[in-house]
Amino acid sequence: MLAKRIIPCLDIKNGQTVKGVQFQNLREAGDPVSLAASYAEQGADELVFLDITATQENRRTMVSLVKQISAVLNIPFTVGGGIQSVAEVGDLLQAGADKVSINSAAFKRPELISELAQAFGSQCVVLAVDARPDPEWQVYLKGGTQPTGRDLLSWASEAVDRGAGEILFTSMAHDGTKNGFALEITRQLSQTLPVPIIASGGAGQVSHFISAFTEGKADAALAASVFHFGEISIPSLKQDLHNYGIPVRL
Amino acid sequence: MNKTVVIKYPAGNIQSVLHALDRLGTQAIWTDDPEEIRSASRVIFPGVGEASSAMAYLRNSGLDEVIMSLHQPVLGICLGLQLFCRHSAENDTDCLGIFDVPVLKFEANGQYKVPHMGWNTLEATHGPLFQGLPPESYVYFVHSYYAVQSVNTCATTPYTLPFSAALQRDNFFAVQFHPEKSGKIGQQILHNFLNIK
Repeated sequence: MLAKRIIPCLDIKNGQTVKGVQFQNLREAGDPVSLAASYAEQGADELVFLDITATQENRRTMVSLVKQISAVLNIPFTVGGGIQSVAEVGDLLQAGADKVSINSAAFKRPELISELAQAFGSQCVVLAVDARPDPEWQVYLKGGTQPTGRDLLSWASEAVDRGAGEILFTSMAHDGTKNGFALEITRQLSQTLPVPIIASGGAGQVSHFISAFTEGKADAALAASVFHFGEISIPSLKQDLHNYGIPVRL
Repeated sequence: MNKTVVIKYPAGNIQSVLHALDRLGTQAIWTDDPEEIRSASRVIFPGVGEASSAMAYLRNSGLDEVIMSLHQPVLGICLGLQLFCRHSAENDTDCLGIFDVPVLKFEANGQYKVPHMGWNTLEATHGPLFQGLPPESYVYFVHSYYAVQSVNTCATTPYTLPFSAALQRDNFFAVQFHPEKSGKIGQQILHNFLNIK
């Protein structure tokens, strides 16, 4: 049976891992290559690396980091942050990334999604979308600071029609709070869209992951600080999910 | 002489396959040279991409004949498995026919999303690739097309229906999943392949 996935997310700034609380007050959380290896060892199903200070100069650093990660990692991983072009994606995939996640650039120029799907296949195109309930769920850009006026579900389904193979949905209202995932909207996304949904934002306890899969119908759940700071250990999380009857890879 | 060759052709990024072999202490040669391929002790044929363009490339380059003439252990991975089959529904493509098996497309419905992406179980495993694996081991899949079950099936995986997760006929082995991305289980499967006599 297809397993629900647990995905630690590593935010990368200047080659180091950081995780902000609601994207503010970034804290240091370690070396990405050794963190990646240790997560794979513990049973993470996949990893996401987000270059949160992505600039043209940083891109070369990221490609070289991706090469190092790919040499040690025996599970799939996604790279994102500031990606704007087919050429950049080509470099990242060539360096060993399995998928890329795109966000603002895809929102500003949706053809990017179709171009990537055409060039590399939908399976490696993850659309990352940050949103907030205002009270209708609205897409935000720039790390959740810039409202767009675009409805979340309408943007996500356009992205899928254009070839996005997966949606990484972060609730900015939940991110960093440790009060649980945005369940209702995650379920709506999962039931409306024919591609896997990764729920992100709000993980604080094991029960939050359970609800993300049961009530939220998510295909995967992503978290950062609870893993980086050892508040939740992946082996015991997966054991708890398994005991609860959720299919996971032990 | 113990030489592992990974066949070079324009079908996706194979860096991760080379890395996985490297982690097992095997420095594989990545080449499309027929003599290098024929003289290898074992051959790996990976692939991510679309069937018809990959087949057209193999035919034009003559690599199709090279692959079919091999007598040493050969391992097809992902698209590699599909190209070893008789025919793929992906752009109505005639493939190599090493396995007399059709490749069809999964039909999405409310319960099952396509592509089939993520970790799923291996069942009814037998043969040298799967020696020493615990039952219902999880491996990593990303695909929209699948080989139906046949007499050559040596592992199945349940999805919209149970399909061939692995096939074997004589010296030809093939897996639909990505052993190079399947954690320790995948490493064990690659190790098993590298140790087939």
